[in-house]
Amino acid sequence: MKKKIPYVIKERHKRSAHCRKNVQGRNVFNAIIPSGDILEKRQEERKRKAIFPMCQVDEDYHGDLERAEVPNVSKKCVKCKEASAAVVIRAGDAYCRGCFKEYFIHKFRAMLGKNRIIFPGEKVLLAVSGGPSSCSMLSQVQKGLSRNAHKKLRFIPGIVYIDEGGALGQSVEERMKLGAELQAMFKATGFPFYIVPLEQVLDLPSSVVVMAPSSSEQPGSAYKSAVNAFIQSDSSTCLTPQDQEDTSLPEVQESHTRSLQHLIASVKTLTARQDLLNTLRQHLFVHTARTEGYSKLMLGDSCTRLAIKLLTSISLGRGAQLAQDTGFSDSRYGDIISVRPMRDYSAKEISYYNHMFSVPSVFIPSLDTKTTDKSSIQRLTETFVTKLQGDFPSTVSTIYRTSEKLQTACRSSSTANHCERCLLCMCALDTAVENASAFHATLISEQFSQTKVPGATRTQIPRQNPVTPVLTPTGQHCSSDGEENCGRKEGGGGCCYSAKQPQTTNLKTLLCYGCQMTIKDMSSVEYFPQYILSEAQRRRRRSQMKEEITEFLLDDDDDDDEGN
Amino acid sequence: MAAPITIHLEFGGGAELLFSGVKKHHMTLPSQSQPWDMKQLLVWIQQNLLKERPELFVQGDSVRPGILVLINDADWELLGELDYQLQDKDNIVFISTLHGG
Repeated sequence: MKKKIPYVIKERHKRSAHCRKNVQGRNVFNAIIPSGDILEKRQEERKRKAIFPMCQVDEDYHGDLERAEVPNVSKKCVKCKEASAAVVIRAGDAYCRGCFKEYFIHKFRAMLGKNRIIFPGEKVLLAVSGGPSSCSMLSQVQKGLSRNAHKKLRFIPGIVYIDEGGALGQSVEERMKLGAELQAMFKATGFPFYIVPLEQVLDLPSSVVVMAPSSSEQPGSAYKSAVNAFIQSDSSTCLTPQDQEDTSLPEVQESHTRSLQHLIASVKTLTARQDLLNTLRQHLFVHTARTEGYSKLMLGDSCTRLAIKLLTSISLGRGAQLAQDTGFSDSRYGDIISVRPMRDYSAKEISYYNHMFSVPSVFIPSLDTKTTDKSSIQRLTETFVTKLQGDFPSTVSTIYRTSEKLQTACRSSSTANHCERCLLCMCALDTAVENASAFHATLISEQFSQTKVPGATRTQIPRQNPVTPVLTPTGQHCSSDGEENCGRKEGGGGCCYSAKQPQTTNLKTLLCYGCQMTIKDMSSVEYFPQYILSEAQRRRRRSQMKEEITEFLLDDDDDDDEGN
Repeated sequence: MAAPITIHLEFGGGAELLFSGVKKHHMTLPSQSQPWDMKQLLVWIQQNLLKERPELFVQGDSVRPGILVLINDADWELLGELDYQLQDKDNIVFISTLHGG
């Protein structure tokens, strides 16, 4: 008789003994007809399941299966094997309190130590939103810098918090209250902190969206020597908590808040709104870091949040920027490098740690608080991932491992001048319109599908009768949708009757595909902060100028083939 | 007949928004013939404490995925999840790990 080889799987069930491998190595089931009493048992199970649908998964299988070992509280911690288990991490590893704390702290240090990006003595800005991940990050940094820490961290932290109350429609009192709570929390840490209202984004200089040259690239070997040098010199000076003078919360002008609200209101979908807020927030971080002299930015995105972000980015058309959006380090701004030290922690671990070891955090409602599941792509993805995670506990870590393998493909030359960067998200542009690319196809279909003028909503000129788009701009009036051609022909940007049209189009040409999708959902771009519009104009003029003198330029591109 | 049980409930991570912002509740569950278990507790919470949007807290028989439940500071997965039987002076914490509420 042939030997039946049971197929062992790591999941919670084991396939029964009547499964075997056939010649090709695939699993097949022998046809076994269950006897009468087994059939009855199954009927009972089915009845029970109909009433209580939340039964364990493995009760569904045949009786002679081994029951998977569900961890229970009488089980000991898998690490120290002494104390009783308190929390389940990943899929079935039960840890006790003490081991969990060690594991948590160690992971943070290991993450920073493994990626040798933060040099000793460097100034690092921590972006704290008040939520559990960023507050956990803050407390880890605090612990790591304390004097008696084992292998203590060696950088100089600062805290930045962006008050988005204006965009969310919070009242002034609410904002003051939250601000005061956070201020108390930050003061307790002793690090310098900056509370920045989102309205400040209206006053930013346009240098924010320009990539600054990075400081000299330090090779890996320099890390070790830098550490040694730091240890030898007196390292105690940088750790004294500074007494920040009693700063009251910054005053915000009513008019600024209104402009900000107009900007948010001009975006029609929640998805695009969240994306836009994200972008503005990033710009503010970079600006604060640059003005206060910080060279690194620490973001508190957890593993769960990043897994959701990965799937969301793909849906939003930001696939080309995945590696930078979800990787450990992000160097798109040149001089400021963002790092994500919390990317290895699942949301469950962070919440558990915060609760057990009393890490203070403040819950601040955001744009998608209490919204339904389908209100935005971000929300939908979050529901999807968390639900899947409930049944398959390795979902988030699988997505995480995939994201670790992503790398940005290097474009041809290393010039990467700012003409090739997206205006909003500062990533390399992925919209080179070659004739056979998929992107070109979408542009063509867009043109063809817009054959009617959509009334008077987008232009200032009242029209009596609908006019088919005039594809050769005569300088008089272009239809609102003869966009691409309009912007291209005339120089100086003044061919259209209404000034808004060229702005929308010309902004589009300066953006990566993902940001273009966001802009598409905006009714008009006039509410954008000044720095974006002025930088857009500047780039447009430059590229037009370049086009004009392109025949006279000595081209480096002839040597392209040899170089690649 | 089981005696009435006192329990402490805590809500965190944004879940308190569904309970008028009150984070801590001390409740006495009425006595009933069978001992209270988590399933019944959830139904009870939904009927008595939940002020709005029940779908953001409970889903079917259990809590919505993404809400972490701790019973006496231990993960409820280790205690049998919904089948855990409540005892007097238990401390049950619901922490939302989700973005929206």
